[in-house]
Formats: sequence, C-alpha cells, structure tokens
Amino acid sequence: MTVLVALGQAVLLAVLAPYVLGLTRAVRARLEGRAGRRLGQPWRDLRKLLRKPPTSPSDASLFFVAAPPVLLATSLLVAVAAPFVATTSLAGEADLIVVVGLLLLGAVALALAGLDTGTAFGGMGASREMTIAALVEPTLLLSVFALSVRVGSTDLAAIVTAGATDPASVFTPASALAAAALAIATLAECGRVPVDNPSTHLELTMVHEAMVLEYSGRDLALVEWASALRLTILLGLLANLFAPWGVATHLTPVALAIGTAAFIAKVGGLAALLAAGEVLAAKLRLFRVPELLAGSFALALLAVLAAAVLG
Amino acid sequence: MGLIRRIAAAGRAAQKAPARPEPLPAARWLKRSLQIRHVDAGSCNGCEIELGQAFSPVYDAERYGARLVASPRHADAITVTGPVTVNMAQALRTTYEAMPEPRLVIGIGDCARNCGAFAGAHAVVGPVDDVVPVDLHVPGCPPEPDAIVAALRGLTGR
Repeated sequence: MTVLVALGQAVLLAVLAPYVLGLTRAVRARLEGRAGRRLGQPWRDLRKLLRKPPTSPSDASLFFVAAPPVLLATSLLVAVAAPFVATTSLAGEADLIVVVGLLLLGAVALALAGLDTGTAFGGMGASREMTIAALVEPTLLLSVFALSVRVGSTDLAAIVTAGATDPASVFTPASALAAAALAIATLAECGRVPVDNPSTHLELTMVHEAMVLEYSGRDLALVEWASALRLTILLGLLANLFAPWGVATHLTPVALAIGTAAFIAKVGGLAALLAAGEVLAAKLRLFRVPELLAGSFALALLAVLAAAVLG
Repeated sequence: MGLIRRIAAAGRAAQKAPARPEPLPAARWLKRSLQIRHVDAGSCNGCEIELGQAFSPVYDAERYGARLVASPRHADAITVTGPVTVNMAQALRTTYEAMPEPRLVIGIGDCARNCGAFAGAHAVVGPVDDVVPVDLHVPGCPPEPDAIVAALRGLTGR
C-alpha cells in the first residue's frame, strides 16, 4: 500500500509539474497586462517535443545523451520518496541527505552535459551552475537541519509528521529563519529571478538555459519536464516543511484526498507568489549572487543555532 | 509599492483576440505549440520592430501557443527578415540545419520575398528562398503585427 501511495504521489507530481510552470507563466502574463497562455501550454510543448527526434552536436559523448534521463530519474526518485501528499511513504527512504544528494546528482549530470557540448555557452552555463550549486546545497541541508533538531531525525517524513500532528510547534523563530533561507535556496536551485531568469534570450546572462541550448526534441522535453518537476518538488518541500497542514499521516482514502488537495493548493499558491515576485524583482548581477546566497546560508546557520539554543 | 499600484492601474493591455484564421497543414504536427527562433538576415530592422510588437502585451502572440526561444535547436520554425546578405547567407543556412526536423521557415516582410528596395545591391545574395526553402510568407513593408500574429495562429491552429 505504501508503495502504491508513493508511486501515485510521483505520478501526481509528474503530471502537476508542467501545470505549475504554466501557472507561474499565466500569473506573470496577467500582471504584465497580457492575456497569457493557458495553464496546459507547457504540456502541449512537451507533447510536441516528445515526438521530435533529438539532434546531437558532433563532438558530444555519452554524457550529453545520458544527462536528460538521469535528470528526470533523480527528480522522479525524489517525487517517490519525499513526503508531499502522505508522510507514510517509503519509511526511512526520504532522508534529507538523500534528497539533496539526488537533486545535486541531476544538476551535476546536466552541468557535465553542458561541458560536453563543446560550445562556449554550454561551458559557461555549467561553470555558473556549479558555482551556484556549491553555495546552495549547504543552505538546503542546513535550513532543514534547523527543523530536524526539534524532531531528532533527518528523515523528512518524520519532520513533516511532527509538524502535521502538532502544528503549533512549527511557529518558532528557528522555523522563520529556516523558511527564509530555504526560500532563497529554492529560487537559486530552480533558476528563478533574482538568481537566473528562465525566460531570458541573452546568452551572456543565462545559467540553466545556457546548458540546455544544444538539446532538442525528445531530450529537450525530458530536460524541461525534469526542470518543472524540480520546481514542484522544492516548492512542495518548502510548503510541507513549514506549513505541514493537510498532509496525510494515515493511509485512509479521505486523508489521502485531503493531502492531495492541500498539496495542490499549497504548491499553486507558492507558484503564484513566485511569479508575482518575479514581476516585481530584477535579476541580480552574477557577482552579487554569492552575496545573496551567503546571506541565505547565514540565515540557515542562525536557524540551526536558534533551534539548538532555544529548543 | 508604486509598481503594484501601476500594475493595477494599467490593467489588461492585450487586445481582444481576432477571429481565428484557417489552420495551415503544419498545424497538424505542431499541435498548438510553436517555438520560434528569429534570424535577421540583413533587414532594415523595421520588420524586427513589428515582430517585437507581435509578442508585446498588446498583440500577445504567446497566448496562441507561439513562443520565441533562444536556440534553433529548440525551435520548430525560424522567422527570417530582410534580403539575405553575403555575410548572413552561411549563418542562415547553419541556423536552418541546426533545427531538428520537421522544420519550417517563415519569411517576414517584402524584402524576404523579393529583396524590396535592396534588390540588386552588391552585398545582397537574394531573397530568403534562394538560401533556405520558405514555407510561409508574411507580406508587407513592414507587415503589421496583426498580420504576423495571424500567420503564427495559422501554424498553431488556435
């Protein structure tokens, strides 16, 4: 039963992810005075791309071919294991370090593929992505450690269960600091404003886009799907760690239905907030990004200290 | 917070969608999704301004499923403007070959069709059709954003 729920959760996230992307674009378009595209447009793009045969640069090797499946597989694994709809998913598998490691594995695979293309922009994007990843991953770990101090475990399911059964325990100074740190880390990890602009056409300002410039057809569909999935995963983690209401802690149909509805509502709300923030904010100059990320790391460190000292 | 007030005051800039044009045969495999890479093969930039307008909040071609992308590898179609100059002929050919199949070429403006005022100039190779096969022409000097949007809608079928 737990396996079924875990797989169902992964399918839900995989289906939902392009709609989350569509929602951010729709909110952004509306705020810009546009009519905007429909929510399902990213799915239409994927469906068309999946049927186009991919091309490969003449100098590319195995890394270029392997990166899209690796990126999607790591994202799907996180979608199976981490507590999004129900906390009773595969016990002990949703360890924080495993989840962060899987996300990093996908990022490294794509960075290697960017280098593998042999183009100037691919290498530049890979170098920038790794710079940002090296600054973001410690923040991701540390901000969740602040929550695991209270629970005494780095198992994400245990942390979310503790929050869902005792909602008042979430409101601590440590949680507020950790939430701010994890929010900034999420923006950086997903390549959103102010760290990276997902809709840029200017190669010199690209980070994530520069690595995937050479992908086409089916490979591009996998990369875009996986990117949308990573955004959904990180928004879902942010929502469930700091607002764990509605998450199913028992495997009853009613609890699962509430969990699914709460998850969709929370991720939708965060995605709309993200898009509104992107309209109001500008992208940071690349050399200012480490300052922002160092600031988020300091917040995460303070969160851990506050959790350890104040309890 | 002045920005939020201005966003609220500006409201919706997008004009009402005109009647849907007849879908073109390519709409069948595009399935309401069209990624476009733009190539300026030597135009006077008049067509670029109109193309930019077609994707502005007022005409908003994105609502019909068309999107400008950053790489020909991501594109289903390239839009080409201007007579093809000697310096851009190879670049245009390379861009076309970089696109995965099936691929489309949309010529925008009169220059793309017959070189317009630049016909016979020493730096001009010829119209776009001499370099890469053109599937669709949008006439005009420059074409109005509405004409460009109508052509894109014919491809996305929406």
